Amino acid sequence: MTVSPELDARFRDAAAAEGLLDVAYDLIDTPVGRLFVAVTDRGLCEISYDSEPEREEEKLAKAFGARVLRSPRPTDETRRQLDEYFEGKRHEFELPLDLGLTREFGREVLDQLARVPYGELTTYGALAAKAGRPRAARAVGTVMNRNPVPIVLPCHRVVGSTGSLVGYAGGLDRKRALLELEGAI
Amino acid sequence: MMEAVTVPPFERFYEEQREPVLVQLRRMLGRDAADDAFQETFLRALRAYPSLKHGQHLRAWALAIARNVAIDAYRRERITSADVPDLESVDEPLPYEELRRLTADLPQKERAAVFLRYGYDLSYEDIGAALGSSSEAARQAASSGVRRLRKKELS
Repeated sequence: MTVSPELDARFRDAAAAEGLLDVAYDLIDTPVGRLFVAVTDRGLCEISYDSEPEREEEKLAKAFGARVLRSPRPTDETRRQLDEYFEGKRHEFELPLDLGLTREFGREVLDQLARVPYGELTTYGALAAKAGRPRAARAVGTVMNRNPVPIVLPCHRVVGSTGSLVGYAGGLDRKRALLELEGAI
Repeated sequence: MMEAVTVPPFERFYEEQREPVLVQLRRMLGRDAADDAFQETFLRALRAYPSLKHGQHLRAWALAIARNVAIDAYRRERITSADVPDLESVDEPLPYEELRRLTADLPQKERAAVFLRYGYDLSYEDIGAALGSSSEAARQAASSGVRRLRKKELS
């Protein structure tokens, strides 16, 4: 005997509807692959590429609490806005964020990153300067690499001072695909 | 020293316990009522989850919640059915506190077996499933726990 998909889905919906989850997550298919997307009651807290859900669950449980459950409904708004972004219809995300996975300096950098407009490029050094640490380009690189919500916080728009793409947690092919979608390259 | 087992993310707990919980609920309530009780069981588990101190005996914990949900359902709906077990014993107040105090010094496995047998009135088959052993091993653990308690009482 197995738990039917209907019974399973009913419980996952009810758990979220009753406000009993620390984190709800789902897997969302996009043109750049399947994304692991997680939200708390404060906002979107994680997007990751090529993830192993079990490892992400552990990480989220440590940061936000053990009640981590796959439950699609709370991620619906993120899914809708991502769909619109990939269709080229959305240039800015309007999603509350929960940056509980990022600390101090990282948050200042992510604040600055959020202001880099659609279709434009900036550099690690320029972002470091805006965050008040002009010599911390390398540290900014690390923050980009650990960006908890790529795409929504557009670390793909950050490139090297010579214009080279440098790196991307999801791989350079994806960085290039996102920049091409936005007409930046 | 046994290493402390941390409480797993709820998704892991749910995936591991949903089948045994549904099996027990169907045995107690029949197929239709079991579906409602299934959801209620895991919602109760979610409410209580932050107060768990460690990740041990989660099967027993889940089955105990399921059993309480089923008992509540009986009381509410007074379901009559051929395979409803005798509930005389559970309509009495369950001596949880008394049992908790009495069994505090027992070895962990015996304590769990005594608790599930006499506190929750589970069958040895369920207790074995909960503790990850055979029903015979569960019976032996419970009876050696009880022997130990008698000895303590006499001394």
